[in-house]
Amino acid sequence: MSLRLKALTKSIWVYHMSTGSCNNCDIEILDMLTPRFDVERFGITLVGSIRHADAILVTGSLNLKTIPRIKAIYEQAPKPCVVIAIGVCACGQGMFKNGPNCPNPVDSVLPVDVYIPGCPPKPEAMIAGVVKLIEKLKGKK
Amino acid sequence: MKRETIIENIKVRSGKDLLEFTDKSKNRIYFTINKTILTQIAKYLFNEEKARFSTASGVDTRKAVEILYHFSIDEIGLIVTLRVILDKLDIDKDSLKAGFQKGLEIDSLTPLMKCAEWIEMEMHEMLGVNFKGHPNLKHLLLKDDWPEGNYPLRRDNI
Amino acid sequence: MAHKIIPIGPYHPLQEEPEFFKLHVDGETVVDIDIELGYNHRLIEKIAESKNFDQVAFLVERICGICSTSHPFAYVNAIDDLIGVQAPERALYIRTIIGELERIHSHFLWLGLAGHFLGYNTVWMWAWRYREPVLDIFERVAGNRQNYAMMKPGGVRRDMFEEDFSWIKKTLKDLIPKVDMFKGAVMDDPVIHARTEGVGVLTREDVHQYSVIGPTARASGVAKDIRKDDPYAAYDKVEWKVITYEGGDVYSKAVVRILELYESINIILQCLDKMPKGPIDSGIKDIPPGEGIGRHEAPRGEVIHYVMSDGGNSPSRHKIRAPSYMNIASNKKAVIGETISDAAIILAAVDPCYCCTERMAVVDYKTGKKLMDGQDLIRLSQEKTERLRGRHNMPPLH
Repeated sequence: MSLRLKALTKSIWVYHMSTGSCNNCDIEILDMLTPRFDVERFGITLVGSIRHADAILVTGSLNLKTIPRIKAIYEQAPKPCVVIAIGVCACGQGMFKNGPNCPNPVDSVLPVDVYIPGCPPKPEAMIAGVVKLIEKLKGKK
Repeated sequence: MKRETIIENIKVRSGKDLLEFTDKSKNRIYFTINKTILTQIAKYLFNEEKARFSTASGVDTRKAVEILYHFSIDEIGLIVTLRVILDKLDIDKDSLKAGFQKGLEIDSLTPLMKCAEWIEMEMHEMLGVNFKGHPNLKHLLLKDDWPEGNYPLRRDNI
Repeated sequence: MAHKIIPIGPYHPLQEEPEFFKLHVDGETVVDIDIELGYNHRLIEKIAESKNFDQVAFLVERICGICSTSHPFAYVNAIDDLIGVQAPERALYIRTIIGELERIHSHFLWLGLAGHFLGYNTVWMWAWRYREPVLDIFERVAGNRQNYAMMKPGGVRRDMFEEDFSWIKKTLKDLIPKVDMFKGAVMDDPVIHARTEGVGVLTREDVHQYSVIGPTARASGVAKDIRKDDPYAAYDKVEWKVITYEGGDVYSKAVVRILELYESINIILQCLDKMPKGPIDSGIKDIPPGEGIGRHEAPRGEVIHYVMSDGGNSPSRHKIRAPSYMNIASNKKAVIGETISDAAIILAAVDPCYCCTERMAVVDYKTGKKLMDGQDLIRLSQEKTERLRGRHNMPPLH
């Protein structure tokens, strides 16, 4: 494993990006940081700037107005950077599939590495998703 | 009773411009009025009765666009709805592209009450209604380069 | 001197959702603010026209996650108004319980975020920790921590079980000492007073001009509460009072929300005692042509839904207006004249919910134009708290 990859999987700093979500996934992401789930003990923390981030958490069904913004943000991210789609909207648009203002799924714009479905996914599911991501990056089955 | 006073006052003030009155239930009343007197009635409700402007709903009924202004009189839990019907006069495709349809024009309530600013912007972009006298009529929710003359909530739209 | 413009957003760490503010500043004073919306817009009103009346309840639930029962609640009220039926008694009580549980979790959530903006991260962690038991109740009652799917035109979708009641009551009663602690923390701390008192004041006249609602209005001494004014569900069958506070500043808004927690717990306990046995659904078959208006007092204020039916399967028009739509506009008034370091907490004080406002919504750095971002804003806010703590001879927080 390269040093870069090792550094990436050690303590993942995440940047949270809502692209037209209902907020539920966003609160559950914050919930992960608070005492009951407390992912900070694994070194996972939410950062305010994309330039510090190892992973991007995308929520929401990606509306037209946000597309240029999230492209700009992804370009600023230091690579390697993994993209995690959280919630049914980000994974497959769910209820808003035929909505006129959100015609593009998230994975048509960003290279998504992990999909965590659920409406909203429980914090346990998100933690399990991140664990699987780390295993995948390390090349385990 | 405040409820009766308000009904009576609106009836007197609108005179023959009151097209229809529906007393739906204890807490819901609807007035259909001519668009020329909208500002006057809204001023009465907002300034004299101290009603709260709740919101406005724009409805496309194919032949016309109806705008329903909901005012809430909180002391008695009453919602007074003023319905204004804007007939679509001209429905040829060229004028659609030019922006507004003739007839879809009404006086803005924003100079009277600040809370109407956003909802009028929203109705402008969703239904293509022109609010005369609105200080800042641009896109509120849709992306900035949304195609001109394409109004998502209009029934004749695609 | 020419005014400087500070763009905040749309993707910034100040709030979870994207929105874009432009603060026009002169030195340290904010002289104007532009608010740009649309980063969360999903055109739900249009999608609602393609769903049937039963499905719309699930759709409007996904307008906003924090007030995820407020929109279905207002929607079922609108349908009940359209048809002119009332749901069975037991359903009314269950609706009330769900609505109030949501208020508790939402107010805790706001309290935590407000603490975070002021630099009290402990408050954030604690408030969110005490919010978890409420989510446990939801999980037991509805099967999901968020998006409860309990509302249905003419009734509720699931019944509550009597054997859960004693556990729910115990969980809620255990919350009361925690709320006492927060009340003490806010009311006794000199630094919180200094940071929030007289900051971002909305007068009664502003409340009328901007038609502000909910806790934001009640903090200015205006006793407007849809639950009292236009009673629905079981709110007229239980004893409770409307909380108001004079002042109109950020402090008053915090106090109103904390005191409302007691009222909500009180309402739920009474509902659990008084709930009659019986059916939970009136079994609506057809929706006749007509129109209905439904309202609900969400944690942030009045939600209003207007539903028009042409007698078909789906609404021919569904207009949704969320409370933040009115409250965020009032930021224009509250922020102007204040300093930049206070802007963060004022913008947060109305408990803005952009998902609701735009029926979709978050913030981002405008490349090239960036002078300062939301994180700097929080940092400024937190530094001010530290300075004030120093002045009060208190140990630094960080």
